[in-house]
Amino acid sequence: MALLNVEDLTIAFPRATPVRGLSFSVNPRETVALVGESGSGKSLTALALLGLLPSGARIASGRVAFAGRDLTALKDRDLRAVRGRDIAMIFQEPMTSLNPVLTLGDQITEVVRLHQGLSRAAAKRRAVELLDLVRIPEPQRRVDEHPHQLSGGMRQRVMIAIAVACSPKLLIADEPTTALDVTIQAQVLDLLDGLRRDLDMALLLITHDLGVVAEWADRVVVMYAGRKVEEAPFAPLFAAPLHPYTRGLLNASPRLEEGHHHSLGPLLEIPGSIASAAAETGCAFAPRCPLVRAACRTRVPEPMAAADDHSVACPVTFTRESEHGLAVG
Amino acid sequence: MSAPLILSKSAPLIAAMSARLIPSPRVLKALRRSLLQAIPTVLIIVILNFFLLRLAPGNAADVLAGEAGAATAETMAALRARFGLDLPLMEQLFAYLGNLAQFSLGQSPRYNMPVAELIGQRLPNTLILMLLALGGALAVGIAAGAVMAAFAGRWTDRALSVLALLFYSIPGFWIGLMLIVLFSVKLGWLPSGGAETIGAVHSGWDAALDRARHLVLPTVSLALFYVAIYARLTRGAMLEVKAQDYIRTARAKGLSPAAVTIRHTLRNALLPVTTMAGVHLGGLMGGAVVVETVYSWPGLGRLAYEAVMGRDFNVLLGILLLSSLIVVAVNALIDLLQATLDPRIEVR
Repeated sequence: MALLNVEDLTIAFPRATPVRGLSFSVNPRETVALVGESGSGKSLTALALLGLLPSGARIASGRVAFAGRDLTALKDRDLRAVRGRDIAMIFQEPMTSLNPVLTLGDQITEVVRLHQGLSRAAAKRRAVELLDLVRIPEPQRRVDEHPHQLSGGMRQRVMIAIAVACSPKLLIADEPTTALDVTIQAQVLDLLDGLRRDLDMALLLITHDLGVVAEWADRVVVMYAGRKVEEAPFAPLFAAPLHPYTRGLLNASPRLEEGHHHSLGPLLEIPGSIASAAAETGCAFAPRCPLVRAACRTRVPEPMAAADDHSVACPVTFTRESEHGLAVG
Repeated sequence: MSAPLILSKSAPLIAAMSARLIPSPRVLKALRRSLLQAIPTVLIIVILNFFLLRLAPGNAADVLAGEAGAATAETMAALRARFGLDLPLMEQLFAYLGNLAQFSLGQSPRYNMPVAELIGQRLPNTLILMLLALGGALAVGIAAGAVMAAFAGRWTDRALSVLALLFYSIPGFWIGLMLIVLFSVKLGWLPSGGAETIGAVHSGWDAALDRARHLVLPTVSLALFYVAIYARLTRGAMLEVKAQDYIRTARAKGLSPAAVTIRHTLRNALLPVTTMAGVHLGGLMGGAVVVETVYSWPGLGRLAYEAVMGRDFNVLLGILLLSSLIVVAVNALIDLLQATLDPRIEVR
């Protein structure tokens, strides 16, 4: 049974609907990547799972079932008991995500004292253990330091320490490495993946970086303009992407194995921008799609199963692949 | 010469201590530095004040003679000679500075007693009034600001905003008079002036209660303006802090809204408020003059006012010196408080 089951989730602002009818699931101990460009609604989705939507935004419809309970129907108090204990989250900006006036120890002990009822002394010992767990050198000394004394990568490690402090069943990582140096990115992702195995967590990895997806994700959900356009295990998605948007994304990222390098030829890009999706009545990707047909502009395509675990919301590519006998499964 | 050596040798020890104790050696060092910096500041203030006051027409001898109704040229000369007002200006200044060097504030020509004694009588009254007003204004203002921020845009916020605007714009003396009219004249709940009931012989608890009853109206009159400032400042700061990423982190931990507000929002929002409170303590003395006059409160403010009217420059200089010392001391304290509240601020 899936650990997290998001069904038909729609998030609405008074004058916009950034996430529409989104469904996906995360199984225990699995890493699922939610991929899309800026503005596709992936961060809002993550915030909605924990009931942390910014003011003005609300869940207009849909269910978020976590371990059998619908989080959208929980009372505030019950939802707070889930946050930080069963589902934890780390954010994109390590530089601003930690409280500047509290020590690292204060910020870690806070969560274990709240959810596990540890004493002050026990919580402090646990904080040192956790800093050690996320491989921060000299945790005994660091525990009394303040965030401004740490680099961005270190701060993100502290965020991870806070997130895994109560051994959550699901860790949501919203662009965890986007603000970090490339060399630090791999370390942080390595750490996340190791912790996922050691602590038996599921990981929902929200990213726009397909390089991150390729190395770490079991399954990929591609979002465009608030809708899921394709979902598949990582291997078939990379080998045979169906949706024109997914293909565009893959073409737009450098891939070493094909000998494709920016010095040999230009990287392909997807023409236009996601802003052009706003006023569309049909498929949101239609204005940028190389395979667009007349029907695409009038009706929103439904996700269709191209294989057991591969769905795509594009009738054009779906039929084309089917005619060819769905070469790659 | 040996001090830095000792410091560097014991650095690990000091680091270990500072982790436990807030008033660490770096704090003591900062205090000493503020003290050394205060000396030239205060000296310049004294000299400037000395010359500024001489710009006012007349002197203590003129006022005394005027109040007596008539005086001969000989009497005037004798008075001037007695107060040292016949000496050249620079000599008067050096005489005053000479007194200061011996920790003496000189003699008041008008009250015929040492200035230090005169100030010593009045200082406690003013200090208690100022500290109560500032403390009360901070407590009420921060609480009101936090409530306004919590209900931003709703009717609670709007009602409190209107009230704050009212307190901010109404002059202190008018509020003072209206409070007297309401609470002393109409309702008869509180005394209209003075520091204690004249003629009453109270002791212990009764005396304290009597003093407290006399303090209420002056304190409220003085504080209302600052309540308005701190309420608006806190509201703005809290709304700004609430939008920060680390508040979202705190909520993602599962903390209750109260815990998020108190532990994470308020502490960060207090930084600008403490800065302003430090600045205000100096201005509070000015406000105290008005309030002390309205409530015939025997404090420094009224003494200063009387000294101006009587051209009693020694008393005035003494008060100005004292208030500049207070401002310097408060600034040093605020620096320390800020460093405690915000670890990013280095105590230099």
